[in-house]
Amino acid sequence: MGGKWRSTSEWFAEQSFFLSNLKMKMKNLIQKLSMAGLVSGAWLSQAAWAVNDLAGGPAVLQLNLQPAATKIAAEQAWLHWFMLIICTVIFLAVFGVMFYSILKHRKSLGHPAASFHESVKVEIAWTVIPFIIVILMALPATKAVVAAKDTSNADLTIKATGYQWKWGYDYLKGEGEGVSFLSTLSNEHRELSNSGAVGVSIDNYLLKVDNPLVVPVDKKIRIITTASDVIHAFSVPSFGIKQDAIPGFVRDTWFRAERTGDFYGQCQELCGKEHAYMPIHVKVLSAEDYAVWAKDAQAKMAALQDDPSKVWALGDLLKKGEKVYAANCLACHQANGKGAGAIKPLDGAAVVLNADNSKQIAILLAGQNNGAMPSWKQLSDTDLAAVISFTKNNWSNQTGQLVQPSDVLALRK
Amino acid sequence: MSAVLHPHESMVGDHHDDHHGAPHGWRRWVFATNHKDIGTLYLLFAFTMLILGGVLALVIRAELFQPGLQFVNPELFNQLTTMHGLIMVFGAIMPAFVGFANWMIPLQIGAADMAFARMNNFSFWLMIPAAAMLASSFFLPGGAPAAGWTLYAPLTLQMGPSMDSGIFALHILGASSIMGSINIIVTILNMRAPDMSLMKMPMFVWTWLITAYLLIAVMPVLAGAITMTLTDRHFGTTFFNPAGGGDPVMYQHIFWFFGHPEVYIMILPAFGIISQIVPAFARKRLFGYASMVYATASIAILSFIVWAHHMYATGMPVTGQLFFMYATMLISVPTGVKVFNWVATMWKGSMTFESPMLFSIGFIFVFTMGGFTGLILSMAPIDTQLQDTYYVVAHFHYVLVAGSLFAMFAGFYYWSPKWTGFMYSETRGKIHFWWTLISFNVTFFPMHFLGLAGMPRRYADYPMQFTDFNMLASVGAFTFGLAQVYFFFFVVLPVMMGKGEHAPQRPWDHAEGLEWEVPSPAPFHTFETPPKLDATATKILA
Repeated sequence: MGGKWRSTSEWFAEQSFFLSNLKMKMKNLIQKLSMAGLVSGAWLSQAAWAVNDLAGGPAVLQLNLQPAATKIAAEQAWLHWFMLIICTVIFLAVFGVMFYSILKHRKSLGHPAASFHESVKVEIAWTVIPFIIVILMALPATKAVVAAKDTSNADLTIKATGYQWKWGYDYLKGEGEGVSFLSTLSNEHRELSNSGAVGVSIDNYLLKVDNPLVVPVDKKIRIITTASDVIHAFSVPSFGIKQDAIPGFVRDTWFRAERTGDFYGQCQELCGKEHAYMPIHVKVLSAEDYAVWAKDAQAKMAALQDDPSKVWALGDLLKKGEKVYAANCLACHQANGKGAGAIKPLDGAAVVLNADNSKQIAILLAGQNNGAMPSWKQLSDTDLAAVISFTKNNWSNQTGQLVQPSDVLALRK
Repeated sequence: MSAVLHPHESMVGDHHDDHHGAPHGWRRWVFATNHKDIGTLYLLFAFTMLILGGVLALVIRAELFQPGLQFVNPELFNQLTTMHGLIMVFGAIMPAFVGFANWMIPLQIGAADMAFARMNNFSFWLMIPAAAMLASSFFLPGGAPAAGWTLYAPLTLQMGPSMDSGIFALHILGASSIMGSINIIVTILNMRAPDMSLMKMPMFVWTWLITAYLLIAVMPVLAGAITMTLTDRHFGTTFFNPAGGGDPVMYQHIFWFFGHPEVYIMILPAFGIISQIVPAFARKRLFGYASMVYATASIAILSFIVWAHHMYATGMPVTGQLFFMYATMLISVPTGVKVFNWVATMWKGSMTFESPMLFSIGFIFVFTMGGFTGLILSMAPIDTQLQDTYYVVAHFHYVLVAGSLFAMFAGFYYWSPKWTGFMYSETRGKIHFWWTLISFNVTFFPMHFLGLAGMPRRYADYPMQFTDFNMLASVGAFTFGLAQVYFFFFVVLPVMMGKGEHAPQRPWDHAEGLEWEVPSPAPFHTFETPPKLDATATKILA
């Protein structure tokens, strides 16, 4: 939108000094309240308070939207202030009247009750005036809706696929075309969460991924979303985007990042037990850096080009399998392979020990129990062969059996 | 409810009712056909579910007190959020309002009982097995349903057997609601005292009449959605399963076509209660009675054309987003009219501030905040930031807890003298009010900030920057929970057991309506012959 808008948002930026002062006071107050209010067990560690603001992600005691990194997000922030101010003014006016009445028109002060109980003029006025206010509110909102929905003329198109529970990115069109990878929450953070996150303070807790989505600055990036199992939602607050990723359907959204840096988001649609553990990390690079990255990534893609006919030695495959296991299986089946609750154990499981591999391969390809064990067909034949071999030769499972990528390929439909 | 529990004591010397007095013992409740008994059953049931749902909420808040998993695993966490929602919506709020309707509608319109007394019994007793089935689903293999109270497909297809028992429970609760609604509509339309025209009905009766129509319109829609989920799960259909060409978004459209009117089902009777109480304590007639009726009706009608504002993030076409945005913003107009009318009723009144009035003012004040956040959420561009964050959680708890629940507390304080024949302790009522109001805001106000900062809802664990406000919310939640325990043991139980002063027939000097024309406690049978009413239909002519 025009310059008038931006200058208004600058005015709001000036208020941040006031807000940060307020934040300090609030933090003190909240600490005191919480400490006094609840039993402070050993796990209420001082260290948890030492966390810092995360640039491109949430800040400590943040009171408003995350700082905008796109025009759309800046517009949303402007609209939010616009609405907040109008609502606050109406609120103060209405409740000013109500509390004045409560103070003055009380029986204890001897105020006699009046007898009026209707006035057509007044009632029409307070129907028509709010109606006009609502129309005035709708005008800027309409402009913003139209702008946010215009996904045409993108410089780079990336498909984001939601999996239980990770994101897959495919660079479909534009610089970096053909690059494709999965992005998973750091295992370290996932385990930390299970252990209660005792005595740690990590600025990007639950936001750290193995492979961030990399995009160039100042380019229109169109994100196509879809999902392989259930509905997920791709969201990056500082870009002002949130788009459901729906299995069987494609939807799109777009952003044009105005500055380089790291930006974070999380899955925003309940997608099962690991819903809180599939973050989005977008790395915005300068055009030159991005070109270097894209070239490198494309080269790596070529090198990784899976050769399902390659015959692997057990040792190499197990090393690879361990990594695949850590990235995909460990969250549910656990490091000890024993699973937990409804998650079945792998350690000592008949299907894993069975010399006939086809059953285990079939489960990995198709999933089991209505997707409680999801399908892993998005992994390469080599990855699947490696992880199956790993489960067959780890913990107490010392079968010595080896599954080759070609075995997996043979069972793919 | 001493006198209610032993109605003969309150009717000493009144011998003619021997053959149709209250049966004694368990038969009285199991075979209950008296609207007052059934109302009591509904209210006790709803309070039990409120406590159960509240305990689930407190486990959630304990888990979220700080980052990391301390008490529950993420699977159980999802079960808790799902069951908290289902129990509160279908087990606590809806039945509680039906309880109020049972008790008050016949009394307010001068009817002897509900139109279908035995069906009334059936609609209550259907809820017990349904609630038991829902609550016990925690013990089924795989635990309780964990797909959120909205039960979005295709996540529901991954759930264990508890999903089926949940669906079955919802079917039964829906059937119960529909029967209750038919009963209420027939009672209101056919059994009013002859001198009470529609536009002379008390506001609570009006709001329930409209609510009952909403219920009949949308409960079958929910039943349809969950039945399709059921056949998708077991009989090979693919309504919502994309693997067979189904459409998960269609589920959301169907669900929210039920879900949005449902929101008003849970708030319109609250508007009715507040519209009765404010005039009583302002000692002044309700301002703009006719416009209140029209506003209620317009809210109900508009509620059918706004459902997709829950779905902005699914990726609707521009025109779709704009239509639902405009329609939603429009609802704020009749809702505003209601708030203005309440304030105008107070204006130049002669107010006193007993507990019912305190809760009503608390309702108007805090509910309006929820209304404003609703207006902010209705704007699609802002909703892009706030959809599925804690801002939404804050918003709907402002309208459902500070809205519906506060109104029910107000209604309890207002009518319990009539129900039980005893006055509650005013001091304790005031303690309950301030304790509830403050702890409510401590719990839910910080959630606005969490949502703005981007914390998603239904998260078992969160980035550490969100810690402070979560701690505050958890402290508030436990304090709030404790306040309701206090309410039960120090306010409700004493009046039920007959402690406190005897209530006069008209405990509030300006309370108008036929319920105040009968003694306190209300006798087991009232208005056995239709009363003759004055011109305002608020007093019985001798």
